[in-house]
Amino acid sequence: MNITRKLGLTLVAAAAVTLYGCGKEEPKKAEAPKAAAPVEETITVKIAHAGPLTGGIAHLGKDNENGVRLAVDEANARKIKLGGKTVKFEMLTEDDQADPKLGPTIAQKFADAKVAGVVGHLNSGVTIPASAVYNQAGIPMISGSATNPKLTEQGFKVVFRTVGRDDQQGPAVAAYIAGELKAKKVAIADDATAYGEGLANEVEKTLKASGVNIVAREKTNDKATDFKAILTKIKGKNPDAIFYGGMDATGGPMIKQARELGIKATFTFGDGACTAEMTKLGGPASEGLICSQPGIPTQMASKSFQDAFKAKYGEVKQYAPFFYDGANLLIAAMQKADSADPAKYLPALASISYEGATGKIEFDAKGDRKGAEMTIFQMKKGIVEPVAIIKDGKTTKLDGAPAAAAPAAPAPAAPAAAPKK
Amino acid sequence: MDIFLQQLVNGLTLGSVYAVVALGYTMVYGIIQLINFAHGEVVMIGAMVAFTVITTISGANTGLPPLAIVLAGVLVAVPACMAVGYTLERVAYRPLRKAPRLAPLITAIGLSIILQHLAMIIWSRNPIPFPQIVTVTPYHFTGNPDGATITNVQVAIIATSILMMAGLLGLVYRTKLGIAMRATSQNQEVAGLMGININNVIALTFVIGAALAAVAGVMVGTYYGIAQYQMGFMLGLKAFSAAVLGGIGNLGGAMLGGLLLGVIEALGAGYVGEITNLCQLASWSDAIAARCATDPNLTLFGSNYQDVFAFMVLIAVLVFRPSGLLGERVSDRA
Repeated sequence: MNITRKLGLTLVAAAAVTLYGCGKEEPKKAEAPKAAAPVEETITVKIAHAGPLTGGIAHLGKDNENGVRLAVDEANARKIKLGGKTVKFEMLTEDDQADPKLGPTIAQKFADAKVAGVVGHLNSGVTIPASAVYNQAGIPMISGSATNPKLTEQGFKVVFRTVGRDDQQGPAVAAYIAGELKAKKVAIADDATAYGEGLANEVEKTLKASGVNIVAREKTNDKATDFKAILTKIKGKNPDAIFYGGMDATGGPMIKQARELGIKATFTFGDGACTAEMTKLGGPASEGLICSQPGIPTQMASKSFQDAFKAKYGEVKQYAPFFYDGANLLIAAMQKADSADPAKYLPALASISYEGATGKIEFDAKGDRKGAEMTIFQMKKGIVEPVAIIKDGKTTKLDGAPAAAAPAAPAPAAPAAAPKK
Repeated sequence: MDIFLQQLVNGLTLGSVYAVVALGYTMVYGIIQLINFAHGEVVMIGAMVAFTVITTISGANTGLPPLAIVLAGVLVAVPACMAVGYTLERVAYRPLRKAPRLAPLITAIGLSIILQHLAMIIWSRNPIPFPQIVTVTPYHFTGNPDGATITNVQVAIIATSILMMAGLLGLVYRTKLGIAMRATSQNQEVAGLMGININNVIALTFVIGAALAAVAGVMVGTYYGIAQYQMGFMLGLKAFSAAVLGGIGNLGGAMLGGLLLGVIEALGAGYVGEITNLCQLASWSDAIAARCATDPNLTLFGSNYQDVFAFMVLIAVLVFRPSGLLGERVSDRA
């Protein structure tokens, strides 16, 4: 459970902690190294990806890997030249099993293999320990999904990310609650995990700053099923909106129990409960809930990326565009510096301004993406649909839902509802 | 007042589930002095089996009324759990009946882990949404449309629990099997000499406890609308505490303990925060008054102490009445 809980920090998807023992997959080793016979005008540059390729969230790790692979294949097709020599990009990929202990081990493996840059990892819990090794080895690393603020607060010059941070998400939801829902009285609850409590605290701070009255601050735990006691207390305070910091496994039953008690307030959640599972776990009560996710909705990634990805690997699951951008950022920085030497292209990466599949990417001094977007979703007929994008505290409403086929939920409708085997 | 009544309803519903599960612990303890830690897992299996049956039937569009589908779930879950209960006793506990008391206790914990993981393999590790086929209708029993409510599911849970408890009491005190069970709990050897088949009586005790657990599992599943392979652990722990609170080995004690624990938990979560709100002391200290001006919810213990509160009551009772509320003072019992 502990591991799962840590995952929650980054993962948008408790729902994704899916089938036991599914998706067994051998981490693909890079193709036979060509470096053995260096021809004068070609050089080989190794770009590494690491993420969970086995276990409960293997499908998300594989999605990321596909994003990186697409970028690398495209770069090879473009026959990029660095220092006058044609570059052959070679992709290394490792399975970190979403295990924090494996993070540094894999990082060391990449350092020994003298990779030019790393795109990964998926989980904050794994990325943070691994980043120390990358920092020591001087290898630039870009994660497309690690949202824990701590990652870029360590002062490592080589660490970047293409998604927003958890502490940008709280203020974004809060801005929506205060600005769009126009709630005057808000009740806040959390599941007492690092993720849930941290997010709820950020929401509380921002709401208070904008003059919203916090009428209740309740706590439960991430294994609870009975929320009636705290909900009854909340009902007595008669709030306009309720924010819950926690995952869908607790958020779903909570919203259901709240409606049974006759609570009419709008429910709002963070990314942990922003999944398609909510409609199953919460039933009809989940209709109309508001939730947020870092980044832009996957269906809003650039058309060229979507088409290329779909042709090769099928639907985008969640973070692939952010990892695709990560790999492209490394390559673009190398081109800008005309070198694949990390020491030489790192300054170029830090000061880059790049138009990626997820929009314009620039990094601040810490390595966080400048003006990272947060998306607000609403549950409509069992599908979480994006309704607004919040960037730098400004809300842009999306008119008309994007193509109906787009599953905004991070996890593909996990087969939790059906008994397996 | 409405809020208090609502918390009371919440607590009584939760408490009657605890009481039914606690009966399983207390019956087994009463007869062989074993704390069957795998009992919570039997509840979980009951919920899971019923889930499978209910989804299969409601997926097949048979047009059966919802109540009949839930009943079918119960009718399959009960024998399944009885089989599990019997197997546990026959395979794991019977060979250890003459062993030191620690051996079966450890075995029980081991079985609990085995059952959890078997369930995880069969039903996946995801929380499973229990199909909501019974429409939940809240009744405003105080007449106030915004006031306290009791739902049809809550009424059904409380009524079923009371019926089952009454049935069990009738079984133990009014039938031949009940006499045999009570005799066995007093002295196994002597009961055996009187012509009672000890093995059968003990096996039946497990089976009856498992049947109650199965119904409890279905109740929890339909009430909360969610089932998970780990759901039995905390529920089992609470029910065990309820049994101890009431006096383990005592049937009436398990029922009283269960209901009390449920009510204490609900009221605790609802009122601990307000009772320990430091802002009540604002007039005593300027420092507190200043903090309260910005944060009126400055409490010492919030609702996260819900479980702590319930267990504190348990400890307090045990300090003053070590044998529980209704338990007899018997020197050789834990």
